[in-house]
Amino acid sequence: MTLPRWIDPASPDWPVRLLHLESPPQGFWQLGTIGALSPCVAIVGSRRATFAGVEIARSIASELASAGIQVVSGMALGIDAAAHSGALDAGGSTVAVLGCGVDVCYPTRHAELRSRIITDGCLITEEPPGTPPFKHNFPKRNRIIAALAHAVVVVEATERSGALSTARWAADLGREVLAVPGSIRSRQSSGTNLLIRDGVRPFLGIGDLIDAVPELRSAIPEAALDTLPASHGGGLERFSPPLREILARMGTQPVHPDQVGLALGLSPALVASRLSALELAGAVMSLPGGLVARTV
Amino acid sequence: MPVTVEADIANGLPGFTIVGLTDRAIQEARERVKPAIRNAGFKFPPRRVTVNLAPAELPKEGTGFDLAIATAILRAEDPSLRLEGLAFLGELALDASLRPVTGVLPMARCLAAAGIRRLVVPVENASEAALAEGIEVLGAATLRSCVEYLRGEGSLIPGVRDATPAGGGPEPDMAAVRGQGQAKRALEIAAAGGHNVLMTGPPGAGKTMLARTFPSLLPDLASDAALEVAAIYSLRGTLRERPPTTLRPPFRAPHHSISRAGLVGGGTGLAQPGEISLAHQGVLFLDELCEFSRQHLEALRQPLEEHSVTVARARAAVTYPADFILIGASNPCPCGHLGDAQECRCEPRQLSAYNNKISGPIKDRIDLVVSVPRQEYRDIFEGADEEPSAVVRGRVEAARNRRGESAGHGNAGLTGRETLAAARATPPARRLLALSGERLHLSARGFFRVLRVARTIADLAGEDRVGEDALAEALHYRIEMAG
Repeated sequence: MTLPRWIDPASPDWPVRLLHLESPPQGFWQLGTIGALSPCVAIVGSRRATFAGVEIARSIASELASAGIQVVSGMALGIDAAAHSGALDAGGSTVAVLGCGVDVCYPTRHAELRSRIITDGCLITEEPPGTPPFKHNFPKRNRIIAALAHAVVVVEATERSGALSTARWAADLGREVLAVPGSIRSRQSSGTNLLIRDGVRPFLGIGDLIDAVPELRSAIPEAALDTLPASHGGGLERFSPPLREILARMGTQPVHPDQVGLALGLSPALVASRLSALELAGAVMSLPGGLVARTV
Repeated sequence: MPVTVEADIANGLPGFTIVGLTDRAIQEARERVKPAIRNAGFKFPPRRVTVNLAPAELPKEGTGFDLAIATAILRAEDPSLRLEGLAFLGELALDASLRPVTGVLPMARCLAAAGIRRLVVPVENASEAALAEGIEVLGAATLRSCVEYLRGEGSLIPGVRDATPAGGGPEPDMAAVRGQGQAKRALEIAAAGGHNVLMTGPPGAGKTMLARTFPSLLPDLASDAALEVAAIYSLRGTLRERPPTTLRPPFRAPHHSISRAGLVGGGTGLAQPGEISLAHQGVLFLDELCEFSRQHLEALRQPLEEHSVTVARARAAVTYPADFILIGASNPCPCGHLGDAQECRCEPRQLSAYNNKISGPIKDRIDLVVSVPRQEYRDIFEGADEEPSAVVRGRVEAARNRRGESAGHGNAGLTGRETLAAARATPPARRLLALSGERLHLSARGFFRVLRVARTIADLAGEDRVGEDALAEALHYRIEMAG
């Protein structure tokens, strides 16, 4: 069984990057098998994320993990959890920075995720064991996420989301911040779109991230680099023309199959069977509520 | 079971007793029968009268025994009355006229099956009772005319079967609904294969309207099926709502505040048929499915599987037929706006609790799920010309004929093995099915559900074998979500 360890600046495992903070923590509790590695990337976002957002967070995390990059996040609901589990599913390592004691499981629903993180990564917190998840702890933990990571990707955030505070900390520390753009109508993307308007680099694919952060480029072996998709979208040649026609009409914003049918003048039966074919090919996902969204 | 009414008149203090596990309505018959006999111009025997309803251990209820009790008493005094092979039904008024009773049709069918050749009923019930095969029905207006007939002095009005099938009420036409292509297609498949459907969508999207148009896609009932339905309505005394000779399938839409007894059957005394039996051979529409209590939904499980419902009460257990197509409608989430232009405000935890409510008890019995989006005004006014129900019904009937009469409950009723045999899936369809099991995490039940729906889709397309297209379309309406 793993026990929590106290790590302070004197410890060999102390991530030097935390000293970039104006007020670095005195030390932190760490529970897990693999500590914070370098380089690593933080993926953060809204707790109440859309299904498409969760899927994006998961896929970025697994792409990073399969290239050997550690993923950092806050183990919150929504985007954070998707980032952790995406990395773990791809066989990678991940670090969760908590706003409560290292022995406290918050949110309780993530008990299983928490034990997976302990097995293949670690939990980090500057709060003493037993500390409940006080509200005021979370902005503090955001600064640790920002300091640990070489880059922060904000997947989905409203204008008031805590993920924006992480992005602000990261910008102040000179870390690269990227934001996944969304529809201007989506409330869940309003914060990320604002970041982009304010000059943050848009995240269109894993290539954008690697290009922006030299540490990542040098850390990823050439061979792994080639297998990573340059950016999302494209690569539709593998689908037959009728299926491509449907994909071309769909964005990552979920749409109702009837809208697809109307736009293309297809019968509901035909739309249904083609959407299933696309779903089986992993190009489309159906969401609760009956909508469908593109995933490539 | 026919009940024999016996009367005995003995010397002693004048009195009138009715025995044989009777209910209150039958005890009160004493106060109706006595004046009715007097007002019909006969004499109520001023002696000790005992009436027994046999078999004595069987509980009996209702006012339909009045006429038989009066006749038995009069026969005890006047041996010239000929009662052989006759049965009587009807409630007496104090002035000796006869009042109609409920449940005449099923009783007439039961008497005919027991070998009774003639049945006297109140005139108002005569045409209803005449729907039963193999029994001569005579309508009597008063106790007096009935007695005169029994003496061989007069005649009664023979009950005439109303042969012309009445059209039910007007059924809303599907052409009245704009857009909603997916939902309409799902309903067409449901009508062709007898599949149960769940429609999800935000409030005001038109789920209820769509459900109301569903019966218009169904073919006419066979005459024996229609008779079965009429018998159930007769028991509930609701034949006025639904003419007994209509061949249109019934449509029932109970509100979620209905009691459990109202839904599946029950009530005091002998259980009455509930809404699910009134929907027999037709459609049961449950709007706001998630608002029905868990117990209500659990209670639907047995009828959905066995196509009948057994209601046990203290005095007896009754089995009523309940073979219906279930159309459920629900909001996609507690706030109703998941997947809508307006954003959903539900917590993930609320969402899963909401979905579990349906998924638990009756998910297994729902073959098709379709979402009904809110229509934009543009679509409402500029939609293409919509297909009228009659055209869709034509396709549904053709598809049903392909399957033949062998499929009792349509494709929806096929067992796993039957489904595999009937599907005759083409090799590409088999590959697709294997792939979907892996990618979409289909359970075994989910697998057969998809295949059954695919069979119906192929029937609609006039194909002998289930091909890739039919299967892919069926996958789209599956209830299980990946991940």
